[in-house]
Amino acid sequence: MSKKNYIRPLDLKHGRIDMGHGAGGRSAAQLTEELFLAAFDNPFLRQGDDGASFPIPVGARMVMATDGHVVSPLFFPGGDVGALSVHGTVNDVAMLGATPLYLSASFILEEGFALSELKRVVDSMAQAAREAGVPIITGDTKVVERGKGDGVFISTTGVGVVAEGVHISGRNARAGDVLLLSGTIGDHGVAVMSKRESLEFETTIESDTAALHTLVAAMLAAAPGGVRVLRDPTRGGLATTLNEIAGQSGVGMVLEEAAIPVAPQVEAACELLGLDPLYVANEGKLVAICSPESAAAVLAAMQAHPLGAQAVQIGVVTEDAHHFVQMNTSFGGRRVVDWLSGEQLPRIC
Amino acid sequence: MKYIDEFRDGQLARRLAERIASEVQADRSYSFMEFCGGHTHAISRYGIAELLPANVRMVHGPGCPVCVLPIGRIDLAIMLALEQDVIVCTYGDTMRVPASKGLSLIKAKARGGDIRMVYSAADALAIARQNPQRQVVFFAIGFETTTPPTALVIRDAARENLENFSVLCCHVLTPSAITHILESPEVRQFGTVPIDGFIGPAHVSIVIGSAPYEHFADEYRKPVVIAGFEPLDVVQAVLMLVRQVNEGRFEVENEFTRAVTREGNQNAQSLVSEVFELRTSFEWRGLGEVPYSALKIRPAFAAFDAERRFALTYEPVADNKACECGAILRGVKKPTDCKIFGTVCTPENPVGSCMVSSEGACAAHYSYGRFRDIAIVSETASV
Amino acid sequence: MVELLPNEQAVVDLGGIRKAISIALVSGVAVADYVIVHVGHAIGRIDPEEAERTLALFGEMAAMDAQDAAAHDKVTV
Repeated sequence: MSKKNYIRPLDLKHGRIDMGHGAGGRSAAQLTEELFLAAFDNPFLRQGDDGASFPIPVGARMVMATDGHVVSPLFFPGGDVGALSVHGTVNDVAMLGATPLYLSASFILEEGFALSELKRVVDSMAQAAREAGVPIITGDTKVVERGKGDGVFISTTGVGVVAEGVHISGRNARAGDVLLLSGTIGDHGVAVMSKRESLEFETTIESDTAALHTLVAAMLAAAPGGVRVLRDPTRGGLATTLNEIAGQSGVGMVLEEAAIPVAPQVEAACELLGLDPLYVANEGKLVAICSPESAAAVLAAMQAHPLGAQAVQIGVVTEDAHHFVQMNTSFGGRRVVDWLSGEQLPRIC
Repeated sequence: MKYIDEFRDGQLARRLAERIASEVQADRSYSFMEFCGGHTHAISRYGIAELLPANVRMVHGPGCPVCVLPIGRIDLAIMLALEQDVIVCTYGDTMRVPASKGLSLIKAKARGGDIRMVYSAADALAIARQNPQRQVVFFAIGFETTTPPTALVIRDAARENLENFSVLCCHVLTPSAITHILESPEVRQFGTVPIDGFIGPAHVSIVIGSAPYEHFADEYRKPVVIAGFEPLDVVQAVLMLVRQVNEGRFEVENEFTRAVTREGNQNAQSLVSEVFELRTSFEWRGLGEVPYSALKIRPAFAAFDAERRFALTYEPVADNKACECGAILRGVKKPTDCKIFGTVCTPENPVGSCMVSSEGACAAHYSYGRFRDIAIVSETASV
Repeated sequence: MVELLPNEQAVVDLGGIRKAISIALVSGVAVADYVIVHVGHAIGRIDPEEAERTLALFGEMAAMDAQDAAAHDKVTV
């Protein structure tokens, strides 16, 4: 056995990422050990392999989902790119009715990125993963030259297992089904926008980023077979998500504007910026489509859960060959809620 | 939100709508044109058309400055960015307007042009201060509401002697738009414009006041009601127009008294006349050359005129033959009359300018009103 | 408007959101005034009396009978 030479620990206060950290040598190993492993620490990672191996129940149906995170700025009121990357993928898995089991995380770091900021991001991820009960069991790091990245881009992939008899899909909505929403819309987008230099407005709105899998579990338990569709309205907002589902299921929808909850400050920010909250991103909310018989039970289960306290019915699914999502406006008129055209603002998620 | 929520009250809206329904004469139709982006937006977003009786038709006129911006002007901005390494700053919607060679500002940005969206003219000035070694051009478009902010930055740039800043001025004038509609070929053909009255623009009127519209009421004998941009304002204005038509009056009425006076914002007006003067003629997309309808920068501020600094020559470019934007902007055709509406021309792939801005007639109809074109068989359970 | 700033700027508050904007185009505005903002500039002040009058008019018009329709007051410039 060779003697271990003294290796100066990473300077987490003043150090910066350099090309060496991505080269796969000692420098990279040190980054992995002192920063990533120290934060994520679990038996899988301690094995030291390039991948992780885990058992699955016999005959189980698995779910896999992946998400890339390029939000700018990296830190915003209520969250950061790290928390987003954990919540986003945990939620994608949960939206298929699965119990999330494990995550992988891949980092593309920009040369010059401050280690202190990376540590903040990684610690935040570790905390989010711990609180969600979903460990990060494998990962990768690459470094790109200064100017070719934006601090850090994170990609996470999650796996989960679906219980017998659970079939959640965007194709399942049927005319007569009920549309439920777990809470206020637009919080995340507005929180991120408030930190964009060009916009500069002061607000106390925080991102709603959260892991929704326990909420989903409560909903499925409350009405077995009753929940047909689940989706979290991230980029493009509620409007985009509903249009996607309408297209997938071949149905139409009618919403009641008065029922859709929007926090007053979010409403004001959207007013100021000329945005429609229906198209603003969310990171801790979900839409559920249930059979009419199960709606009351599902809604009650949502309202009983901390992440669904403001859950409400927002509309119904209809027969419509054109797959329009329509809305009865609070003003008394009716309009179509169409797909988002172009982009509202870039790099929200 | 004070002064906003009260003007969106659904209950009041319903009752005003009932009022309108009781006062319209069953044997005639009413066609009212608005030419204000804020109004197009309010009508679409709040679904106001649903509230009005079937014989009242709202027509979207040329109230969208992006929609009337000719291809040739955007080509100039694109050229500055791609060939002269200029930082081009502009308001959001301008970015997607289709120009020549399949380009738009946003596509030019993807090709490496340094094109930046700004929320205010002052942001463009700030960019110039932060980048002293680069040329910065503010691509200024808009009607009378956006013109004073541009005048302000030109004046500030002059005071600071900011040598790397200039403005590509494409500001246009609302009264000219109205005149053009009232003098359009349809008038000569039918002897009258198929419009019974006008809803006067909200923001523009705050700046220019209500006086400029008196000419139209007198000369062309059409009523004008200036309305605020909240939905109740619009519905109220429709009621006032219906009354004028029924009573055979053609006056200028002001529904937006809380913000519009007869004289308007004189501060803003004098600032504008200090910096700008009239162009003898200017091409409007879809409408052709319109005399005395646009502004250019006065000789005193020539140093900040991008057209002079970069020796730009304007080349008119014809619109796609299938595009009916011109007729739609004049209110004589509807978006659905255009052969390529919703098929070739969509908000994702706009062919003409009416589809680009959310305030354009075609985009507004596509995004908010398409469902009315098709009979939908649906059971809507009450929520 | 909640706060005046140097260089013809001010802070406006809309439903709890605060933003700095230019007031160079309007004269004589003070804290507690309501202004209309467009592309980062205040372009006009809202006259609270006129606002009340307009709202009252909506209410009145909405409540009126068909018989009263012909006898209503005109709102002219």
